Amino acid sequence: MESFEALQFNVLKKLEDVKDPEIPLVSVIDLGMISDVQLGRDGSVKIKALPTFVGCPALEIIKKNIKEAIQMVEGVKDVEVEFVYDPPWTSDRISEKGKENLKQFGIAPPPKFIEEKELWDVECPYCGSHYTTMENLFGPTACRSILYCKSCKNPFEAMKPISNLM
Amino acid sequence: MDQAIQNNEYKTALVELLYQLADDDFILAFRGSEWLGLAPHIEEDIAYASINQATMGHAVMYYELLESLGEGAADVLAHERKASERKNAILLELMNGTGTYLENPNYDWAFTVVRHYFYDIYKKLKLESLKQSSYLPLAQAATKIKMEQYYHVMHWKVWFNQLILSGGEAKTRMQAAIQKVWDEFADVLSYGTHSQDFSKYKLIEEESLFKQKWEAEMKQVFEKVGIDYPGFPTAKKGDGRSGMHTEDLNQALSTLSEVYNLDPQAAW
Repeated sequence: MESFEALQFNVLKKLEDVKDPEIPLVSVIDLGMISDVQLGRDGSVKIKALPTFVGCPALEIIKKNIKEAIQMVEGVKDVEVEFVYDPPWTSDRISEKGKENLKQFGIAPPPKFIEEKELWDVECPYCGSHYTTMENLFGPTACRSILYCKSCKNPFEAMKPISNLM
Repeated sequence: MDQAIQNNEYKTALVELLYQLADDDFILAFRGSEWLGLAPHIEEDIAYASINQATMGHAVMYYELLESLGEGAADVLAHERKASERKNAILLELMNGTGTYLENPNYDWAFTVVRHYFYDIYKKLKLESLKQSSYLPLAQAATKIKMEQYYHVMHWKVWFNQLILSGGEAKTRMQAAIQKVWDEFADVLSYGTHSQDFSKYKLIEEESLFKQKWEAEMKQVFEKVGIDYPGFPTAKKGDGRSGMHTEDLNQALSTLSEVYNLDPQAAW
């Protein structure tokens, strides 16, 4: 029994090491991409993951990285990773630690989504100023937008808010 | 749900609906991708590329649902079906303008803006209805897709309003583009021959009801920019939902499947 619990602990801990390939400071756990981890007595692991954006080309890489990482955990025999759409991933699934790490990488965490308000209040991840402007709603990846800080004159990115209200 | 799938009529209707949804997004995402590097400015190039990637992702979701229903592999469904088997609306397959991507791409940005904006509004309404679908995997897909769709509509709305509210050439060209899109839009709205089964099995709301909602929304779009609502659209080039298509679709299919056809067995 104790070893089963240890295995459970180790599997979850290992998931913290699997990072978004495009944001190497933030783990799939902190992004809120893991919805379920099932552990069998036989050492089989079934993981349900939530895609952030449907057409994200990094999804297959993330799947592979999760699989390879969990396979390395002692006692794990077989790993299955499946993408599911229920519950849908929303940007409020990102943990507090995830938000901090995003900032360190120069990406503002998703601003609060206010319906019908087409301007967001985004804090610059470098200087903390709110004197920022949207340069492009669409950025280098589907989940990010490009902004500019008028205080410290740095361009930066922000995660798009994604919500069920949309 | 699995019981419902056993019902042949239910499954036939579901498969039909999924092909319409998949083929629409697939072909429009392709036409959009033909603007890569040609968009009016660098920010638009990035935005449009992102929108097309997302839209292609939506098509993949639908093709994967078809795969799970035994229709064949998603890649095969996307690449190998002949034009006559495709269920997309004709408007979405039309070329962006004269010329091709590699030779004299004299594409029409006004047509592109109007086609995408009107399609994306339509798609948003369709997804709202699909969120209630009796086929749970489709309802879940619609919930997810709709969150992304929000940004697509927002993007095209900015272009549409700015171009049409400006004067001169922009306005003239936008009005010509609206006419061109309106000539074919009835085909986009059509549920095709299985319309009754779609609503009988609660896959999506009834066709006439959907069209009413769509008209109400479009009337507001026109009103906001001070243009008279042109009345219900037509489908002059024909009925894409029953496999009627233009030569433009053949051109699109041969181009988009060129690499795939070099080695259909290759793993990507």
